[in-house]
Amino acid sequence: MIAIIQYNAGNSTSVTNALMRLGADVVVTANEATIRKAEKVIFPGVGEASSAMHYLRERNLDRLIQTLTQPVLGICLGQQLMCNFSEEGQVDCLGIFDTQVKKFAPKERVPHVGWNSLSTRSGTLLEGVSADDDVYFVHSYYAACCVHTIAVCDYILPFSAAMQKDNFYATQFHPEKSGLVGEKILRNFLIL
Amino acid sequence: MLKKRIIPCLDIQDGRAVKGINFLNIRDAGDPVELAKRYADEGADELVFLDITATVENRKTWAALVTQIASVINIPFTVGGGINTLDDARALILAGADKISINSSAVKNPALIGEISAEFGNQCVVVAIDAKKIALDWFVFVHGGKTATGLEVVSWAKRVEELGAGEILLTSMNNDGTKNGFALELTEAVCHAVNIPVIASGGAGTMAHFSDVFSQTASSAALAASIFHFSEISIPELKTYLKTKNIAIR
Repeated sequence: MIAIIQYNAGNSTSVTNALMRLGADVVVTANEATIRKAEKVIFPGVGEASSAMHYLRERNLDRLIQTLTQPVLGICLGQQLMCNFSEEGQVDCLGIFDTQVKKFAPKERVPHVGWNSLSTRSGTLLEGVSADDDVYFVHSYYAACCVHTIAVCDYILPFSAAMQKDNFYATQFHPEKSGLVGEKILRNFLIL
Repeated sequence: MLKKRIIPCLDIQDGRAVKGINFLNIRDAGDPVELAKRYADEGADELVFLDITATVENRKTWAALVTQIASVINIPFTVGGGINTLDDARALILAGADKISINSSAVKNPALIGEISAEFGNQCVVVAIDAKKIALDWFVFVHGGKTATGLEVVSWAKRVEELGAGEILLTSMNNDGTKNGFALELTEAVCHAVNIPVIASGGAGTMAHFSDVFSQTASSAALAASIFHFSEISIPELKTYLKTKNIAIR
């Protein structure tokens, strides 16, 4: 069973739909026991970082996420919240990935909306994804590249399009909205 | 490299996709869920669904249709029509819409832009602007193009950006349905005035019109309806053509 963490910034509908199309057994929940015993956990996110962190802390979901041992996939704001700190609301985040989340300088249009390619890719999560493939992004803040970056996207500057540390995986883009390429990435996660 | 997006738009009336000319003469264009699936499979980069007869009575039907669309397609989609309050927006986002498009309600109550943006992020908020050229100037029209607002398009575009819009869907009423091409000057003027993505809409009739709007304006996306619904241009064929014109396309 795949648990999708339910919280105030989780646009879980589209993630649930995408996983169900792949035949996965999905539950959207904030229940600690259910999340702990799930085979895999998805930490989605659409919203604002500081209010999301505040909500997670009030319910001890921050400690829960940090101590999960099964594969965890953060998506979009989920990836950003897994970093050390976000400029969005100047908030300390979960500190899983050793980097900071910053706002794009307005050198090009912000938000970064649309399909973009990954200039570098590595790791099992992105297996089978090529330099010609595009994935769907929509965001105004980005995680700076660091030792945990497994894919880079170039928009205004190179930033972390995907990250991994131990059992924690994350993407800035939306695999659930990225057509067949996104389905491949979600399938890679399901079979980890 | 960030790709230019091709966005089929489905105008929805009583649960069916329809298309009019210059906002009039509505024709049936098919089952929206089937069309949505076909477009997604053919390589559409995003979809827009506009409920053109949005009323309080059909709000539930609309949310149910959005749920159905969300369960079938694997690309982003925007819904608009009849969204007057934060609650209306929330219901459609929870039903599975990725973005909300507001038009008349943004003019009537500009604070709504900030309210939706504060709760769901500005990437969720598309402000649709229906523009009509009168003498030398472009003005904002609402209520499906029936009501003049007196607002000048470029200044309204700047204002909605300040208020928290994440994208602008700019439709030229003069061009819409004519198949004579996009309103290039208007589109470029708006692109130049704001730093959020602008979706050009209204007037697409040939593949060259798409290459014109991408090469002559800074628009991030181009939207069309009838030419896709009635299979006058297929999305794969259009994308192949644009690649030969060196336009960054998925």
